[in-house]
Amino acid sequence: MKKQTISKNKLYTLIALLAVIALLGFLQANSSTYSYQISILERSAIYAVVAVSMNLLTGFTGLFSLGQAGFMAIGAYTVAILTIPLEARESVYYVNGISPAIANLHCPFWLALIIAGLLAAGVAALIGIPVLRLKSDYLAIATLGFSEIIRAVIAAPQLDRITNGSYGLKSIPGFPNLFVAFGLCALCILLMILLINSSYGRAFKALREDEVAAQAMGLNLFHYKELAFVISSFFTGVGGGLLAMFMRSIESRTFSISLTYDILLIVVLGGIGSVTGSVLGSFLVTAGREWLRFFDNPLTIAGVQIPLFRTGFRMVIFSILLMVVVLFYSRGLMGSNEFSWDGLARLIRSIPSRFRRNQKTQKGEKTS
Amino acid sequence: MTEQTLHKENVLHMEHVTMQFGGVVAVNGLTLDVNKGEIVALIGPNGAGKTTAFNCVTGIYEPTYGKVDFNGETILSSTPKGKMEKMYLGDVTPTALPIIRNTPDVITKKGIARTFQNIRLFGQLTVFENVLIAKHMRAKQNVFSATLRLNHAEEQRMRDETMALLKEQHLEHLKDEIASSLPYGLQRRLEIARALATEPTLLLLDEPAAGMNPQETQELTDFIREIRDTYHLSIFMIEHHMDLVMQISDRIYVLDFGKLIAHGTPDEIQNNQRVIDAYLGVSDDAED
Amino acid sequence: MSLTTFLQQCLTGISLGGAYALIAIGYTLVYGILRLINFAHGDIFMMAGYFMIFAMASLPWVIAIPVVLIVTVLLGVTIERVAYRPLRSAPRMSVMISAIGVSYLLQNLATYLFTALPKGYPEIPFLKKIFQIGGLSASFVTFLTPVLTLVIVYALMVLINKTKIGMAMRAVSKDYDTAALMGIKINRVITFTFAVGSLLAAVGSVLYFTDRMTVFPFSGSLPGLKCFVAAVFGGIGSIPGAVIGGFILGLGETALVALGYSTFSDAFTFVLLIIILLIKPTGLFGEKTTDKV
Repeated sequence: MKKQTISKNKLYTLIALLAVIALLGFLQANSSTYSYQISILERSAIYAVVAVSMNLLTGFTGLFSLGQAGFMAIGAYTVAILTIPLEARESVYYVNGISPAIANLHCPFWLALIIAGLLAAGVAALIGIPVLRLKSDYLAIATLGFSEIIRAVIAAPQLDRITNGSYGLKSIPGFPNLFVAFGLCALCILLMILLINSSYGRAFKALREDEVAAQAMGLNLFHYKELAFVISSFFTGVGGGLLAMFMRSIESRTFSISLTYDILLIVVLGGIGSVTGSVLGSFLVTAGREWLRFFDNPLTIAGVQIPLFRTGFRMVIFSILLMVVVLFYSRGLMGSNEFSWDGLARLIRSIPSRFRRNQKTQKGEKTS
Repeated sequence: MTEQTLHKENVLHMEHVTMQFGGVVAVNGLTLDVNKGEIVALIGPNGAGKTTAFNCVTGIYEPTYGKVDFNGETILSSTPKGKMEKMYLGDVTPTALPIIRNTPDVITKKGIARTFQNIRLFGQLTVFENVLIAKHMRAKQNVFSATLRLNHAEEQRMRDETMALLKEQHLEHLKDEIASSLPYGLQRRLEIARALATEPTLLLLDEPAAGMNPQETQELTDFIREIRDTYHLSIFMIEHHMDLVMQISDRIYVLDFGKLIAHGTPDEIQNNQRVIDAYLGVSDDAED
Repeated sequence: MSLTTFLQQCLTGISLGGAYALIAIGYTLVYGILRLINFAHGDIFMMAGYFMIFAMASLPWVIAIPVVLIVTVLLGVTIERVAYRPLRSAPRMSVMISAIGVSYLLQNLATYLFTALPKGYPEIPFLKKIFQIGGLSASFVTFLTPVLTLVIVYALMVLINKTKIGMAMRAVSKDYDTAALMGIKINRVITFTFAVGSLLAAVGSVLYFTDRMTVFPFSGSLPGLKCFVAAVFGGIGSIPGAVIGGFILGLGETALVALGYSTFSDAFTFVLLIIILLIKPTGLFGEKTTDKV
């Protein structure tokens, strides 16, 4: 009986996977018609990578780090510097000129992405040594600080011939096709899921639950915190590199604190401690921002202009929604649970009864 | 009695261990021994410094002065330095000791496991996972092999051993329960099981009977003896339930205001005037 | 660098530091009591800037300033009521996320209401009056800021050390639960703390923006973070610490700009933060706390 349900679930997963591949194939074939939808989906997938990597720290290891934007910047600039076609470089660096050290440095995008991740991980390893000794909110503010320092270094005039200063970097080659873009994101997330469910993932969770007890189980606090921090930063760096490939042009302002906040909000919305929640969250948040766009346009109903609708209203609605989640649904969409077909079936079955219960409680309130 | 203990193999030896917080000397020149296969109790009124002594052994605190040997190897050794040298208030005059420090995880690896006064389980994880985590440190694997599932055999071994231990501890029917949802008594049992999973040779129990009724305490008494014999342990424990202590301890150390005031067999301790005074207080008449 | 330029820069630095100090006190008070980095504090400061623009549009400054102070205090207290109080027993991370959410909301709200473009800050004539002392020339606000800061800090110290509500604040910051058991009305103390913090943020905003001349929706976020760093530097929970931290930050930043490293002036703050956290994690005047195992 049990085996049957497992194979049934496997079948569902296979069908879902095939459906996704078919959808990608369709979008790829009609990429010019659906370019807007494709760009939303691509951005969502990239944010999902970064959100899961943040969740690895915040949700699974219990380290509240706010340094994501900085590590993404490292990844993005690495990929940009390594992949901008040699012939395009003169025009990209036309103001400041290009440093001879990087003028002829070029490699395929997949290698650039790995190097991007490794560089981000290396910087994280160095930062981690002082910072990971700090507790909760001090850690948050210190990593936030480092993220700003990284951004300041990238924007510094002394590095103009490498990072092109305030002009940013352009002409970054994009993804060859949709399968590569989504395949890479899926691979990153899959690796993180495997890690979380491994013996090391359990060690991270032990750290989150109780540091003193984790030590008493023979886990070296610093070693495991550093490990989680470095791995998370690796994927954040790769995510940054993917973002550079997606955006085709980057500047240091892209990687300000608000980018970290965006990712944090995805994680919170999806549920701290749930990978599928983070993935779901990034698609919902990124798409939601687009759906809510009509709030930004003046709305006229029956000749009457509705007063509130104008530029910026969308983000106000969005942030209010977010506060509602934080205050009233603090577990987010998924809490710390993961998606499963059984869970989905249970949810669908429970919808009618939930309605009934709601009606009952409303009646009950009236009588009491 | 002393002669008999001398023949036995020494497991834990604390020498002049002194722990000073600011101007307060929480543990003052504590010297004690735990020998192989013994159950040794550390008792004393609240605030006497018992848990602090435990924390010194397990590396959570770094003692101000003194040393700790485990199976003949010095695992901790410290001497007051710098500002502490002037502030030092301990009774034992410090002689220069080499500085040897070990973090708690290293001490656990060497074979000292412990439980905590306020239970510290991994609350949101299952009973099974709680014990499984203890197996992690001795597994032959690294983060890559674990992520890519190349450590399959090792992972399976950890799971089997965990399951076997849970069976021995009669906890296997609870293996999928969330640890924090267990009743108090079972949480204590789970904490001990988790400590055993680290494969210790010395087990430190910090008030294992706290919050238990007389019947549960009696069960615990048998249980402690049982695990000592099954797992070939030496046990060093802090406890307030005197009937438990008197029943199972081979030897008892009594601590008051950080100082050792008595040491001996349960019978000797029961009749020691200083111990009775420390516990019941000395009346003003008697002092005069 | 001539002596005059040096003194001129010092004056600028001290003045900036004074404004920082006032905001830093808000952080230190709230952190001392709730153990919460009030990420929205910098945005309250920014909103105070906008309030001033609107108040001055129709009112003379003598009335506009008190109105701004009151409205800002109301904003701060409301935020505490709506976004922090429901999470009193939630994990610390949730409250911090809520604070980030409020900051996000205020920035978006400001963008919506006042557009993302910088708005000119109204000139208060007497603050802008140029004074000339020897070779130094500076507007009145430059001299006023440090003096006013010190006066306010003195008043605050008296409030905290000599009054009943001050005693309650100290009690809550030492031990939240015990204070509640002793019959201290925790919520009232917290409301009062937010009111004082927001009031100081409003005063700071008048001094800061008079010098800066423009306000935009993000003009609170970086100064906010910097002032939190100032508070950490001085030792979180300590008012004199926050003031000294504020002045050190103001002077250091001005020095970097004067020496031509303006891109690093923001990063300097965080370098300072990391150094202090490594050398003395409790800050200059912070009290040491130990975890019980």
